[in-house]
Amino acid sequence: MDQFYINLLFVGGSFALYIGIAIWAKAGSTSDFYVAGGGVHPITNGAAIGADWMSAASFISMAGLIAAGGYANSTFLMGWTGGYVLLAMLLAPYLRKFGKFTVPEFIGDRYYSQNARLVAVICLIVASVTYVIGQMAGAGVAFSRFLEVDSTTGLMIAAVVIFLYAVMGGMKGITYTQVAQYIVLIVAYTIPAVFISIQLTGNPIPGLGLFSTHTESGMPLLQKLNEVITDLGFNEYTADVDNKLNMVLFTLTLMIGTAGLPHVIIRFFTVPKVSDARWSGGWALVFIALLYLTAPAVASMARLNLMTTIYPDGTAAAPIEYDNRPQWVREWEITGLIQYEDKNNDGRIQLYNDTESFQEEADARGWNGNELVVNRDILVLANPEIANLPGWVIGLIAAGGLAAALSTAAGLLLAISSAISHDLIKGRINPSITDKGELRAARISMAVAIVVATYLGANPPGFAAQVVALAFGIAAASLFPALMMGIFSKRVNNKGAIAGMLSGLVFTLSYIFVYKGWLFIPGTNNLADIPANWVLGISPLSIGAIGALVNFTVAFSVSNATEEPPIEIQELVESVRYPRGSGKASDH
Amino acid sequence: MSDHDYDAVNYWKSNLRLIFGSLIVWALVSYGFAILLRPMLAGIPIGGTDLGFWFAQQGSILTFIALIFHYAWRMNKLDEKFGVKEE
Repeated sequence: MDQFYINLLFVGGSFALYIGIAIWAKAGSTSDFYVAGGGVHPITNGAAIGADWMSAASFISMAGLIAAGGYANSTFLMGWTGGYVLLAMLLAPYLRKFGKFTVPEFIGDRYYSQNARLVAVICLIVASVTYVIGQMAGAGVAFSRFLEVDSTTGLMIAAVVIFLYAVMGGMKGITYTQVAQYIVLIVAYTIPAVFISIQLTGNPIPGLGLFSTHTESGMPLLQKLNEVITDLGFNEYTADVDNKLNMVLFTLTLMIGTAGLPHVIIRFFTVPKVSDARWSGGWALVFIALLYLTAPAVASMARLNLMTTIYPDGTAAAPIEYDNRPQWVREWEITGLIQYEDKNNDGRIQLYNDTESFQEEADARGWNGNELVVNRDILVLANPEIANLPGWVIGLIAAGGLAAALSTAAGLLLAISSAISHDLIKGRINPSITDKGELRAARISMAVAIVVATYLGANPPGFAAQVVALAFGIAAASLFPALMMGIFSKRVNNKGAIAGMLSGLVFTLSYIFVYKGWLFIPGTNNLADIPANWVLGISPLSIGAIGALVNFTVAFSVSNATEEPPIEIQELVESVRYPRGSGKASDH
Repeated sequence: MSDHDYDAVNYWKSNLRLIFGSLIVWALVSYGFAILLRPMLAGIPIGGTDLGFWFAQQGSILTFIALIFHYAWRMNKLDEKFGVKEE
């Protein structure tokens, strides 16, 4: 069967499943729409959190990032999992006990301030919109590569599918489609990894294969990889980093940011009890770890496979001739994600690290610059082709990549639309709205959010590439500290919380803008974004953790200089600390 | 629980102690073993590299899972012990 039809079968089949679930899980009330009626089993919720969390970035890009950076990019592995420890111990159980529908609602009630709630809504929308653009664009790319439509058409198809289950089913529809999407994405990620691990190391578990022996050379896999890439002028894969402060702060920013992202937090509102919220955190991380323990194996094995494809007779021998390049290189060249330029006109592909320290060897071998540019994002998508796996595995990868993008997009869109319908429309504009009216408002907000996200996905603004800086920076510097202090301190008051959130936000965004341009407009940056310019070597991506510290400090100082929160607020803080008496999540 | 009975206060203290202990381990495996202390652990080989590399790419994630399940299990026990368990 033609590869196109295999891909169509896998993607079409998975989409039919999602739509079937949507018809089955229709939302009948705002409680269904916002928190899936509050009756989701903790293991089910764990799988849904897994899909909600693992985005196109986790599925498609992360292994490529690690392959390129080696040890230095372990930050993503630790940062995007360590946040769940914070969530499970510092936020989720108490916010579940609070028992309302949205994250800004807790901030508004706890700090008895509509302005605090509004700041939280704005932070939520900026972080989530930035995040969702990447998901929509990722879905478009996956469609265009595997189903041979242009990426705008692909984006439209993805939008229609999300529309069907998110507008009809709200959180209820999203929860059960996310569970299905988790299964699709984890199977799709694991199968090619298992095949490749067996090919290279004989070990069927990729996470163990990473630390096993490379069958062909008899050396440990990582040593073999180090040898191959250092022969070509690259840094050792396992090399330590010099700037440890930045590595620590970047990891911390990713962890705190993960814990503060509203689309993840609201998933914990869907379980029946406080104890379930705790278990959910553990199950979520189990499901996430199944992919995150495999990703570093995929990264190192794919990098080694790429190198041995280009240098089939070893790094000391001549690289492969361009005319003999494998089929997958030809196919990815069409998309522009692999580019070749024969700089020394020898008809061969020289892939090496084109730096000064390697210049002498390059000259000696008659090389005139690196000739092959491989986009990092294709690593996972091209993995089955690189390893010569059967066609159905490629179809599976297509369905998996789309599942990862769609599930995260839906979770983000729900966070956005519930902030609009519940926090803005019911909370501010029309508090007397009926449950039915609010449900309609929620559906309309969701529909509008999908249209906007689709438009931005097709025409990505400059800030769309800054998900890590913007979404994690904002969540770390403004939302996480406000939520944590709301639970762990009775003393922080409305003035302190607002001053803290705003100063954390302004500090973090300013530091990012100085290097990346004000509002990310090209050319408006004050300093070039290079390590030599960073204060104490702290990259703009790592600044969120310092922003959080600013937030905590300002909030405590201002609160201590002003009056205590009212007694009923202190009682509210008491009540979220003790599980007894938690009902289902509700709006009153 | 606004009447501050004795059990409630101790329940919260026990919770804070448990969180504090868990976060020390959380920081030790990630910021410690995987990043800052990696040079000190360089002598411990594991599969072609060193222990710090393993903690950075796998060990810390496995520890995080254990920490959350341990916390959930202990807290559910504390809920019962201090009589604040959900009905």
